[in-house]
Amino acid sequence: MADSRPLSPHLSIWKWRVHMATSIFHRISGNALVFAGLTLFAWWLAAAATSKEAYASFAAVADSPIGWIVWVGLSWMFFQHLMSGIRHLIMDSGWGYALGTSKMTATWVFVGAILLTAAFWAVFFFGPGLR
Amino acid sequence: MAEFSLPANSKISDKGKSYPAPAGASRTKTFRIYRWSPDDGQNPRYDSYTIDLDDCGPMVLDALIKIKGEIDPTLTFRRSCREGICGSCSMNIDGTNTLACTLAIEDVKGDVKITPLPHMQVVKDLVPDMTHFYAQYASIKPWLQTVTPAPAMKERVQSPQDREKLDGLYECILCACCSTSCPSYWWNSDRFLGPAILLQAYRWLADSRDEMTGERLDQLEDPFRLYRCHTIMNCANVCPKGLNPAKAIAEIKKMMVSRSV
Repeated sequence: MADSRPLSPHLSIWKWRVHMATSIFHRISGNALVFAGLTLFAWWLAAAATSKEAYASFAAVADSPIGWIVWVGLSWMFFQHLMSGIRHLIMDSGWGYALGTSKMTATWVFVGAILLTAAFWAVFFFGPGLR
Repeated sequence: MAEFSLPANSKISDKGKSYPAPAGASRTKTFRIYRWSPDDGQNPRYDSYTIDLDDCGPMVLDALIKIKGEIDPTLTFRRSCREGICGSCSMNIDGTNTLACTLAIEDVKGDVKITPLPHMQVVKDLVPDMTHFYAQYASIKPWLQTVTPAPAMKERVQSPQDREKLDGLYECILCACCSTSCPSYWWNSDRFLGPAILLQAYRWLADSRDEMTGERLDQLEDPFRLYRCHTIMNCANVCPKGLNPAKAIAEIKKMMVSRSV
């Protein structure tokens, strides 16, 4: 009897707000860094240790349009995770639980991550002597 | 691992019925309401009821009572006080958990979509099974616990300052809006106590008359019971009484730290 009871809808009907998005993006960005980031890092090291040709094939992919999308995406995920991690740290100290405050800090996590990503690549391309 | 999609028996079919507006109605509103009955072996569905707002009270609960009374007596939901103090008519309206009796119809834009409290076993229509929620409440021993003998001829007294520490906690009506808004509770309700019960737990930790603080903290010191709170903050955003369970949970975590240093 109880087993035939349905489970009421949850994610499919829920109206998202920015603080919930911050939380799920913390997980998404963390996973992106671990899986994509570590995989690429391992490939880079392995290619460098193997041969000149292996490194050239890594470099070709890394410098392709898809490669650039991945680099920009990874850097964005890094700053997103950094910002929401700092927010978690602050909230763990007991601050930032008022509704307006939590909404503001959650919004700033997203805005800050995008600004930091833009700043990072601006320095990369236009900064003195980095490239 | 969390199961993000609904099980096969819970998927919502498109076989819902539609009840049109009464003739001559000029100001109408459509309510799309989750329906499931244990008696017909069918999957859940949405039935649509279009009602005349000029012939209905202002709150969503007024509309539900009107639909049950005048259009479809099989519609099933809990309600009692109709003034936000009993917590019976908690449900998901327009994507957010709240009390049907304190939400004005005019505050919902477009059709009013109503489903039971999220990620709960459905008994019928908008009635979820609260057995587990109440068992979790009982598990925190929500009453004053003392070891010292009671004072002779008077109650255990409390200063106004200590009494103030219970403000924002004692008002909880256990409607479960917060707990069933919490993704951590959706995925781990078997072991995570959830915002409502943890707010209640803190209500007794914060009570100057209670003498079981250490034992209460011991009971909560668990990776799941307490620490599944990831400060998502849905709880505080949906609470129809304006309370902040996330803040209460943070206070419990701070008590855990300060007693171990």
